[in-house]
Amino acid sequence: MPNLLQLQHIRKTFPGVVALDEVSFTIAAGEIHTLLGENGAGKSTLMNVLTGFYAPDQGNILLDDQPVRFASPRESLSQGIGMVYQHFMLVPAHSVLENILVALQNVPLLFPRRQLREKIAQTIADFGLELDLDSPVWKLSIGAQQWIELIKLLMRDCRLLILDEPTAVLTPQEAAKLFKVLAKLKQQGKSIIFISHKMREVMEISDRVTILKKGRSVTTLESGEFDQNRLAALMIGNDRIPEWQKSLPFSDELVLEIENLAVRNDRGLADLDNFSLQLKKGEILGIAGIAGNGQKALAEALTGLARVDSGKVLAAGADITRSCARSSYIAGIAHIPEDRKAIGIAPDLSLDENLILKSFRSARFRNGFFQSRRAIRQNAQEKIEQFAIKAGPSGSPVRLLSGGNIQKVIIARELSERPQVLVALYPTRGLDIGSAEYVHKVIAEGAGDGMSTILISEDLDELYKISDRIAVIFRGQLVGYVDPATASREQIGLMMSGEVPA
Amino acid sequence: MLEILLDATVRAGTPILFATLGAIINERAGIINLGIEGLMLIGALSGFAATFASGSLFLGVVAAFVAAFIAGSIHALICVQLRGNQIVSGLALTLFGVGITALFGRGLVGQTIEGFERHAVPLLAQLPLVGKAFFNQDWLIYFSFLLVIAIWFFLYHSRWGLNLRTVGENPTAADACGIPVNLYRFLAVACGSGFVGIGGAYLSLVYTPMWIENMTAGRGWIAVALVIFASWSSFRALGGAYLFGGVTAMQLRFQAMGTTVSVHILQMLPYIFTIVVLVISTLRLQKGASQQPGNLGLPYDREDRK
Repeated sequence: MPNLLQLQHIRKTFPGVVALDEVSFTIAAGEIHTLLGENGAGKSTLMNVLTGFYAPDQGNILLDDQPVRFASPRESLSQGIGMVYQHFMLVPAHSVLENILVALQNVPLLFPRRQLREKIAQTIADFGLELDLDSPVWKLSIGAQQWIELIKLLMRDCRLLILDEPTAVLTPQEAAKLFKVLAKLKQQGKSIIFISHKMREVMEISDRVTILKKGRSVTTLESGEFDQNRLAALMIGNDRIPEWQKSLPFSDELVLEIENLAVRNDRGLADLDNFSLQLKKGEILGIAGIAGNGQKALAEALTGLARVDSGKVLAAGADITRSCARSSYIAGIAHIPEDRKAIGIAPDLSLDENLILKSFRSARFRNGFFQSRRAIRQNAQEKIEQFAIKAGPSGSPVRLLSGGNIQKVIIARELSERPQVLVALYPTRGLDIGSAEYVHKVIAEGAGDGMSTILISEDLDELYKISDRIAVIFRGQLVGYVDPATASREQIGLMMSGEVPA
Repeated sequence: MLEILLDATVRAGTPILFATLGAIINERAGIINLGIEGLMLIGALSGFAATFASGSLFLGVVAAFVAAFIAGSIHALICVQLRGNQIVSGLALTLFGVGITALFGRGLVGQTIEGFERHAVPLLAQLPLVGKAFFNQDWLIYFSFLLVIAIWFFLYHSRWGLNLRTVGENPTAADACGIPVNLYRFLAVACGSGFVGIGGAYLSLVYTPMWIENMTAGRGWIAVALVIFASWSSFRALGGAYLFGGVTAMQLRFQAMGTTVSVHILQMLPYIFTIVVLVISTLRLQKGASQQPGNLGLPYDREDRK
């Protein structure tokens, strides 16, 4: 098949960081090409070069064998290269119609909504989707928002579509539907760059796989040349995957009980509605559900960040419903938040300072009235070693670390005070295999020591692997519990869309 | 009596209306402009100077727009191209406006011109109560009505308006859609500033047809507050500006009637009203009914690693 796009020796540096060093690979017309790599391997940077957000320092991009240079996203888009970003490029306050319109070409200057409404409605119907064109985007599920992104690109006649972890926000059934659409697009001759960490999917749909490691393209494998183990080995290279054992059966002692909890969000809608849950000592309880069904509200209600409207939270028999974040923590609940950079860390503070955010009042870190720099530094060194954090130069802001290392910093801080309960919200989202395994190891070891974990995740494979029980959440309510040893993916998938098991 | 009060309301509200509309255009693109007060003064002085020199009121209005457009471009250059701090740049623009108009306006203090005259709109001016107040006015007031409608139409029924709103809400998304973010932001800041300048010119060409140092007397700051009160909508800006105009007209009326209340207390009323308005609209913002552009106040850097 003819080459659509060739990347040759792409290099991109940021002040003090080489993000891409030597990346070369080709995309053929009509293929699904998967890009695999650990976090920090340079996938996002590379895609930003392709979409015109970043200008590469060196290297050539050839489109249809002609050299091209994308000075802006506008130029890249006009050449037919479009991307569904992991953080969607939508305006939440605008309607579905407006969000699509803004991406189209040849939009009439006056009354654009009226004139293009029919055409957009038709395209949406062609995909078998039901979307209210006038509804503001923030009211839609994240899955639906992703479809809008895809429709935008298809209406612009993009010939190269880039999808960055698209299945993270979909149920297994919705993901299957997406794959069907991708297969159809492939038949139409469109090329697709697919980014995912889920090996099952990579195996299912890829024609070719290119592996990125530390800013270099390691190799490209044809379909048939790779299997899950080979890919994982290539991705990680010589890095060691931590080993861990699942903990012993948990006890029946209840450490946390949630009774008929209701939480309303800023817009007055119910995030959690009559939600009940029981957590036992030493248990890893997985919460399965499509993103946006109340998981965040659950984590925030438990950690005291969200106001509870009604219902009760009991920790070891004590009512902690109305406590603030700090007293929740004292009651023994640790939190790994969803948005690492926004609420997990203080981005501009150093690693040392981030590690003591929860214990800065402790006498350990004080010298009378002053902070004890030495004790804080020593604590950081201990944690860096214990959690294998790849820290930058001492004193530099923690936001410069890669996603996996930021997550390790958060975990190190949260677990340092030996919590009884850990609430982990998508703890491995966006992490490479090595870091994700590390997170699992820490959670499993914690369980062995009697810590109970509420693990909220959208990755069913992860939940199957590590959970003792799985609870399914849908529209802020508990659908039911399943045993990962016996339940099928299809069964959980149905429960995730609200069907109560018979 | 009520007719006279309404008429005074419209006349007192119009300079603030222009300034609020200009600020709305700025903020819809995501740029906060605290230089409104300075821009109004620049508009007031250049409008008065041009009319004084040429004898043409029309040229005065054009000069006010152009001068404020140029002054606003400085703010745009700093905030859009150089990604500077919008608050600092805006405050500097106000200080700059106060200083430079005091300097160049010295020779014009005490001079007078013939201001805009009233032109009654046929039929509409005969409406009871509101007819005289709204339709027996000068050309600039009619232009402000048109501008309110034009901005609403532009924002909600044109492609450029949709692009502008997207730039203010999420510049990264706008960029990904191929919208030239910096161009939209620059033009929005410069043109918006131009309309603010016309607001200033209304003071020196109509309201009190002369140049007085610092004649805006804080009206620019009131406009900044009214933008929030108006939830970034041009129609609500009209309501807000006339509410303020009404309070001003009333306190003037009280003074004329010779009450025993101190003049200083009466003159405070419009500003107290502004504080009340800010408290109410902030409460409303906190309830989540926010219309605030999502990326208001944040610079946009395409290569910024978030």
